[in-house]
Order: sequence, then structure tokens, then C-alpha cells
Amino acid sequence: MKLAELQAGESLESTQLDPVTRLDLIKYAGASGDYNPIHTIDEEAKKAGLPGIIAHGMWTMGNLSKLFTSFYEEGYMEDYLIRFKGMVFLNDSITLKAVLHEKEGNKLHFKVAAVNQDDREVIKGTVVFVQYE
Amino acid sequence: MERGAVKKFAEAIGDLHPIYVDEETGKNSRFGTNIAPPTFPRVFDYGVIEGLHLPNKGLIHGEQSFHYKRPLLVGEDIFCYSEVTGYSEKSGTQGKMGFLLLQSFGEDPSGQIIFTSKSTVIISEAVRRELISQ
Repeated sequence: MKLAELQAGESLESTQLDPVTRLDLIKYAGASGDYNPIHTIDEEAKKAGLPGIIAHGMWTMGNLSKLFTSFYEEGYMEDYLIRFKGMVFLNDSITLKAVLHEKEGNKLHFKVAAVNQDDREVIKGTVVFVQYE
Repeated sequence: MERGAVKKFAEAIGDLHPIYVDEETGKNSRFGTNIAPPTFPRVFDYGVIEGLHLPNKGLIHGEQSFHYKRPLLVGEDIFCYSEVTGYSEKSGTQGKMGFLLLQSFGEDPSGQIIFTSKSTVIISEAVRRELISQ
């Protein structure tokens, strides 16, 4: 599929991630340099008043961006804006979604979100994908 | 933009796409090299803002945005810095919360902006009090 063929109101194929594991978050900590222990160590998460470790918001935001990776020859992500709305816990099953909201010249405006197994949005935002002329 | 760092990051977000990690795919792409995922700037060192001492615990990431002129290329040099662009406080059920706005920049060696990013960091009542008492 090409993004150019997508019509307003249509969605990219949504992706369901495997349940979140501690190793996922340890890997993200190492790759990103964000070693805040509430993402990897149970006691630290509990000390911070959380029921358990939570995913880095940027881990979820990074995952969500992959809905657009296969379209790099058509254009690139000019704007990517996310609001962090809910926490992601271990074993949560996250689904990534993007729907084309509007076409404006060579710019495609998407609404994007990641939802958990209870269909609750954990992050939500917009992507502007610019198509090369 | 180290190849190894991009690969490690792509793997960590479950996106080992050839455009990020396969050299042949990079060479044959419109970019002539591999590119990095859009949230990769999380990895960069933006230096130190004098007088700004944020704890690494107790902060909440409220919002994050990236604006790109073009994708980031593996192998290129990027010069990074960040600024505090605003701070406000709001009273809520949990007490008074602080909202810190940070803006970060990535430039090529000639000083052209490649990307800007904005973060909203929420500082809880407890952490805010601790910071004030320091």
C-alpha cells in the first residue's frame, strides 16, 4: 500500500504489540539513556507510589512511530506530537493506531494513538507526514 | 549519528526496519544512507542548562513533540542544545503542580536546524516543594 492512495477517514493497519516485558523496558533504558528506575525496578516504582514499573512514555511513542516506517520512500514525518495520557504497565497489551484525518496539499494529517487492552488511550496525538514532490 | 546506537534504539522500539539498520537498503534509498527513527533524539546529549537542577525521579512527561526539516542520517554530525521556554503552575487536587516547557534543537555543522523538539515536564507538588527547599 502507498500512503498516497489513502483517503481521509481511512486507517493504517493497526499493530498489536506483544505484552510489555521488563526486558523491553531495560532495553529501552539502555538504548535511550533514560535510567529512571521507576521503569525497571519494582521497589523504586512502589516508592514513587506506583503499583509497579511503568513503561517510558517515549518507549510507547517510539513504538507508535513504526506505523509510518515503511513509507519512508514516499515522504517523512515532519511533525509528531504526543500527549501522554495513561501509564503502561508490565503485561499490558498495546495496540497502535493511525487514521488519516485530512489531506492538505502534500501533507497528510494523521490522528494517532496507542490503546491498552481495556481500549483506553495511553498516548494520543498527531502526525504530519510530508510527501516528497 | 552512530550506526550502532541507531540499531540499538530501533531494536528497543521494536522497529528493526532495513531503512534503519541495513547498509545496502540505506545506500539504495533516496537518502543514500540509513536514517534514524523520529524519536531517536531522546538519545542525544543536550548539555547542561545553568541553574536548572531537575531530579531524575518524580517528574511526569506530559507532552512531547518533534518537528523535522528532514530525517536524521546515520553518520552525520548533529549539534544539540536545549532551552527552558516556559514555566507555569496550576492548582489541582494533588496540590500545586509545575509545568516546565523545554525546547531542544539539532543543527547540522553549518548551523541549519534539522529538528526541534518540545517537552512538557510536570513537576508534582511533592517534588516542587523539595526543589524550593534546596
